[in-house]
Amino acid sequence: MKTERPLTQHIRADGLALNLREYEATGGYQGLRTTLQMEQHQVTKTIQDSTLWGRGGAGFGTGRKWSFVPDKDLHKRHIFPNEIVVMIEEPAVWDNALAGFTTGVKWGFMPKGEYATSPTYLVANADEMEAGVFKDRVLLEGNPHQLIEGMIIAAYAVRADTAFIFLRWAYKEAAQRIEKALAEARQANYLGEHILGTDFSLDIHLHISAGRYICGEATALLNSLEGRRPTPRAKPPHTATVGLWGRPTVVNNVETLSNVPHILRNGVDWYKALSYTAEGGTKLYGVSGRVKRPGWWELPMGTTAREIVQEHAGGMLDGYQLRGFLPGGASTDFLLAEHLDVRMDLKSVAALGSRLGTGTMIILDDKTCPVSMTANLMHFFARESCGWCTPCRDGLPWTAKVLDALEAGQGRPEDIDRLQKHAHLIGSPDSTFCPLAPGAMEPLQSALQYFAEDFQEHVRQQRCPWH
Amino acid sequence: MVTIYIEGKPYQVPEDHNLLQACLSLGFDLPYFCWHPALGSAGACRQCAVKQFKDVDDTQGRIVMACMTPAAESTRISIDDPEAREFRAAVIEWLMVNHPHDCPICDEGGECHLQDMTVMSGHVNREYRFPKRTYRNQDLGPFIGHEMNRCIACYRCVRFYQDYAGGRDFNVTGARDHVYFGRFEDGPFESEFSGNLVEICPTGVFTDKTLHRHYTRKWDLQTAPSICVLCGAGCNTIPGERYGTLRRIRNRYHHEVNGYFLCDRGRYGYEFVNDERRLRQATRRARQGDHAETLSPAQAVAELAALAARRERLIGIGSPRASLEANFALRALVGAERFSTGLPAQQAGLLDLILDVLRNGPVRSPSIRDIAQADAVLVLGEDVTQVTPRVALALRQAVRQEPLRELAELHIPLWQDAGIREAIQDERGPLFIAAVHATHLDDVATLTYRAAPDDLARLGFAVAHLLDTQAPDVDDLTAEQRLIAEAIAADLQAAERPLVVTGVTHGNRALVQAAANVALALCNAERAASLACLVPESNSIGLAMMGGMNLNAALQYVQEGQADTVIILENDLHRRMETVAIASLLADRRVVVLDYLENEITQIADLFLPTATFAECSGTLVNYEGRAQRFFQVFEPAGDVRPAHRWLFEAMNTGRENDSETWEHLDTIAKTLAQAMPQFAPLLSDVPLVALGMKIPRQSPRHSGRTAIHADQDVNVPRPPQDPDSPLSFSMEGFEGQPPAALIPRYWAPGWNSVQALNKFQQEVGGPLRGGDPGQRLLEAPASPRQTYSGSAPSAFRPRAEQWLLVPIHHIFGSEPLSLLTPGIAALAPHPYLALNPADAAKLGLVEGETALLDNGNSLPVKLLPSLPQGVAGLPVGLAARESMGTYSSLRSAKRANGSAESD
Amino acid sequence: MMTPQDRREIEALLHTYPTRQAVALEALKIVQRRQRWVSDDDLRDVAALLEMTPAELDGVATFYSQVFRQPVGEHVIRLCDSVSCWIMGEIALQERLSQLLGIRTGETTPDGRFTWLPVSCLGVCEQAPAMMLDDTLYTQLTPEDLEAIVQRYVQEGSR
Ligand SMILES: Cc1cc2nc3c(=O)[nH]c(=O)nc-3n(C[C@H](O)[C@H](O)[C@H](O)COP(=O)(O)O)c2cc1C
Ligand code: SF4
Ligand code: FES
Repeated sequence: MKTERPLTQHIRADGLALNLREYEATGGYQGLRTTLQMEQHQVTKTIQDSTLWGRGGAGFGTGRKWSFVPDKDLHKRHIFPNEIVVMIEEPAVWDNALAGFTTGVKWGFMPKGEYATSPTYLVANADEMEAGVFKDRVLLEGNPHQLIEGMIIAAYAVRADTAFIFLRWAYKEAAQRIEKALAEARQANYLGEHILGTDFSLDIHLHISAGRYICGEATALLNSLEGRRPTPRAKPPHTATVGLWGRPTVVNNVETLSNVPHILRNGVDWYKALSYTAEGGTKLYGVSGRVKRPGWWELPMGTTAREIVQEHAGGMLDGYQLRGFLPGGASTDFLLAEHLDVRMDLKSVAALGSRLGTGTMIILDDKTCPVSMTANLMHFFARESCGWCTPCRDGLPWTAKVLDALEAGQGRPEDIDRLQKHAHLIGSPDSTFCPLAPGAMEPLQSALQYFAEDFQEHVRQQRCPWH
Repeated sequence: MVTIYIEGKPYQVPEDHNLLQACLSLGFDLPYFCWHPALGSAGACRQCAVKQFKDVDDTQGRIVMACMTPAAESTRISIDDPEAREFRAAVIEWLMVNHPHDCPICDEGGECHLQDMTVMSGHVNREYRFPKRTYRNQDLGPFIGHEMNRCIACYRCVRFYQDYAGGRDFNVTGARDHVYFGRFEDGPFESEFSGNLVEICPTGVFTDKTLHRHYTRKWDLQTAPSICVLCGAGCNTIPGERYGTLRRIRNRYHHEVNGYFLCDRGRYGYEFVNDERRLRQATRRARQGDHAETLSPAQAVAELAALAARRERLIGIGSPRASLEANFALRALVGAERFSTGLPAQQAGLLDLILDVLRNGPVRSPSIRDIAQADAVLVLGEDVTQVTPRVALALRQAVRQEPLRELAELHIPLWQDAGIREAIQDERGPLFIAAVHATHLDDVATLTYRAAPDDLARLGFAVAHLLDTQAPDVDDLTAEQRLIAEAIAADLQAAERPLVVTGVTHGNRALVQAAANVALALCNAERAASLACLVPESNSIGLAMMGGMNLNAALQYVQEGQADTVIILENDLHRRMETVAIASLLADRRVVVLDYLENEITQIADLFLPTATFAECSGTLVNYEGRAQRFFQVFEPAGDVRPAHRWLFEAMNTGRENDSETWEHLDTIAKTLAQAMPQFAPLLSDVPLVALGMKIPRQSPRHSGRTAIHADQDVNVPRPPQDPDSPLSFSMEGFEGQPPAALIPRYWAPGWNSVQALNKFQQEVGGPLRGGDPGQRLLEAPASPRQTYSGSAPSAFRPRAEQWLLVPIHHIFGSEPLSLLTPGIAALAPHPYLALNPADAAKLGLVEGETALLDNGNSLPVKLLPSLPQGVAGLPVGLAARESMGTYSSLRSAKRANGSAESD
Repeated sequence: MMTPQDRREIEALLHTYPTRQAVALEALKIVQRRQRWVSDDDLRDVAALLEMTPAELDGVATFYSQVFRQPVGEHVIRLCDSVSCWIMGEIALQERLSQLLGIRTGETTPDGRFTWLPVSCLGVCEQAPAMMLDDTLYTQLTPEDLEAIVQRYVQEGSR
């Protein structure tokens, strides 16, 4: 048994956030102190060695991502003194001091804005809008300083001097706690100018979204932060070179960043040893649905689904059987009871044709209609589509309507072909501009595979057999 | 070039293309929506899917969007792959989920890209059986209809309107399958280029409202290649006619000139052709003041011939809005020494100056495409958007050039539009606008400087001198002027392709000299500098190149008693001269007028000959750049209307039978012209046009109802009208292949009924037309150019205590008289006004809207214009009649001017 | 119309970002906090302050589920309709709410007291089903809990 729970062991039973002093007492900000002794590239290397995979759903190597940030300025900004800002004074005035007649226009040379030379941004992705997912909330509410420390270290590694926390609108409690923690950190000079006497400076701002799942997609998030329509951006360029306001930008998930201080404090070997598998560290798992104790647990990476559901979530509620589960949020493929022994890490879940995603499981019980559940999921994705690309914008609502028709007893045999077709075409990787729609197809295509009979029954009986 | 493999076969394609460009350029039919050659890729519609394979052994492949995938060396793709086909068919199906399928009542029907792509993708059965969403439409002003239910959300409209044209009053709202493309509230578009939405939109969301009022399907329009006559830019157009009325104007692609886009004046300002005030019959007045009697064409020719017989007593006044051929015919009729350009001395002098600079100096005259490529720009004295709008759209692209260069290291392909814009952000290359008042390009300017014309000239001289101390210097610059001049000079010098833009609006010689000096100084510093001199009329440069007495000289000539007959060609002199001068020019003289619309001069003509508009005749116009371009007759006008050159040469021939060949048709006229005047020699390479063997049909093969048109009068099919002037026929029969670039009457290719058929006419998509873009540049720098600077800086402008300098203010809608006859344009034109700096107005005790009196007795309501310098008063060109610009007038409040004009 | 207080709050945020536009969403929320929705006039004012056009700002405003461009009632009820809540009995809550208020999702009671908006996942799936009433989160709801909560608000209003 592996018992270390670095991310959550200090979270208080009453759920209140650790204050700065309490956090420091747990060894908080030690990782930062260590970091500030290191060269930037050493920090990145450490994270790379730690095998910290991104916890935001896509499972990208965190250290690798950081290493993409160019260490020289590729993008020459046109600044002072070529940038001239014109101020018009109204009404126009005669200016006798000048030899001629001024036309009411005063000139000044000034740099374009105080950020014109700032090199790099860091963003903590705390949008967490995927249906069924709540793990980052735990970290934000319970230990905001841990995230802040992770962000400072990451910012140091990528030479960022401004960072943002992009927060889900509904996390009102978390918002207050983060603001408080930021204030404490500023007070203690973990943030601000010349952090702990070094020449590294950073400030972190909290930015609260207004409710759209797509804002969690890293590039849409950047547009949202800039006050533009949050549709995703095209690649190239990668955000590591052209991100926020055209500057190099790193976007990381809250859980990812919360891991960082511990890696820096305790080292790569320690970190790797936390897990059961080759993917290092612990993972915040969660379970919702008809289990006895729905909730979240930090467990070694690679804990089996069975252990999570049976031991930690207490098994199914009396009278209910587990029929299947979404291993990592709404955008992951269904797995079945027979898959419960899967180790919940990126590789093992992928081997079964699903995804670890966020590691927050949603349980399908035997008294819940899988078609109906798929319809519910599809409505979520259709509603949250940004509207940029066709398969998602117009394909998802159609899919949802077909599922509704099945539920309403108006299914036709060709409806199942239609669903198959959408699952296949929209589900393939490059079919859409961003992964939202392929993600939406994951539960559908696996439901069609695993619950084929249920779909057929809906058509055959012209009703939902569960109603 | 790189090699890519399509269906296993190798093809050579440019490495900076994406796969969609590559496939289309190779002639493959690959459907698409959101990509546009001028806007780049967006990856939104997902229509252009193809299968890409890793290598020869990869049989699986994966779906990629052609428009988002670079054409890299050895890329292997399949368009035909069954899965790619299935995907494309599905995309159309999804796009059509909410589409109303209302093609029969949709104005886009028959030239709809969505229709074409639907057929191409093989989507035939509608399987979606659920309700469609519906939207409320907006009233978007007089030009553009809105039917949002048809929208397939390709995002092209916003990308053009905002990203390309810089408009900010139109956007997409909402999300998911509820995205809405519209304005914040009902009302006309603010952008001068909104009409392009009609062609940018792949279906019938944005349609041409002016066409709607006299609607005709594309295939029933009779069309011909034409040139816009509404400013000096020389945009290529395709006007369409049916049943004797001009129905609409569309863009005609020219790689070097207008590319894909027109301005709204050019697109919608055509309705004068159909105006009731058109004069369609020749008339004669026995004595001045008599009622005019109608003449038959033969009588009219005879009358004119009789007058022309006494050649030495004639004077001919040409026109910058008439073709080279018409002006040349008049010049031949009256004799070169009795030909006047019809241009006021001041303007004629400026045009001569410009011609001198461009013909003898090293400075190049840029095409509109060149302008868009400039990487540093100084605008000196012009409000470009209002004078030659299409050039302003090019300047909006020019400001991207310098940041683009700086991005090179990021290796973002140019077609990756969103990525490029992300990287550029709001950075812009240098664009300096020195103008009398605020302009619509100020939002993208690095720096704006507002001053009286002489001060603008001084700034120009200062810049030139900073660039090259040989150039004349300026005394007494203020500290701020020096600062500005230094900033401008530094950025121009740092550029590779700097551009200076000036014009004739202010009739200010020093201003043009200053602009020329800046460009010359840059050339002397080994920069590929160019000088664009904007002119307001479609043939100003052609006419200036032809030469002749200016209008003031003509007046003097007549006053000296050297002529007793004045022949005026398509020139409303009231727009160029004060009424008294015109009166003295025409009093007691026989006045012959050739024109197509009624004006004050036609009303007093002794002999009047109705001429053809641009849509009813053919000819050549020379744009600001010095590019001679042919426009071709679209349709046969009603009544006795004839092209001006035809009236004139028939009158000439009456006396001199053997000359007839010279004047037989446009080709021979052009030839004669080129032989007579070497400056027009390049025109010879456009000749002969009549040599294709078969004529090119102006009507589509689907043109319907030919026999029915006149069925109420005659059941015989009438012989189609003959056109001696061009290789085009008024018929649906004839040459079936792809016509030469100059003669493309419409874009169509099998399976491509929309304007996007254009792809098939280009060497590569977005590139020059096959066979080379039409037209001939007449102005090129000589082999050993003159390097000397000209002029000297005027002294600084000092406001007078009691008088104001009158300066012209151009308006895209209103300043051009022909387009003003389009009701929509009239509706958007400002009311006449007198613009004043608020401080000046306060000094005069005038408030906004209050009437001010000028010295010449005219009165105008005051408009406060804070960007206008003090001491200067602005008058809208073409709207506040005939003030002599550049002169001074006192101003008084009408209220306080004891009693006089109060009742106005 | 934007109040001076709104303006001050928005202006205070400007220094946080390199562009004014980046404050767009926060500014809309500030205005919305005062009168629960963003009217056209408000939108124009905010746009002007941020040097945006109304069309540009509206493109942003209308994207988000939590910026209201139409009036809403005194209390906004957001009943989570996403998957975990749905599994845990959200439909029964819907039915009860419908009975109680006589409206369906997306509607406002005729007396203008309640607006019931559909909402995607509130991020408390382990405590499903959940509802947010104004700024207060209610979790593990039964139809009876829901009724009691709503009744409290109803009575508050009638007092
Ligand atoms: C539709 C969509 C929604 C997403 N939402 C989130 C989110 O709420 N939080 C998150 O961290 N990542 C989210 N992601 C993933 C991000 O794009 C990005 O990969 C992630 O923030 C990177 O962080 P990581 O490398 O630390 O995992 C989303 C992706 C998509 C396509
Ligand atoms: S798949 Fe397309 S429409 Fe859907 S959210 Fe991504 S970009 Fe937007
Ligand atoms: S044209 Fe390629 S995605 Fe639209």
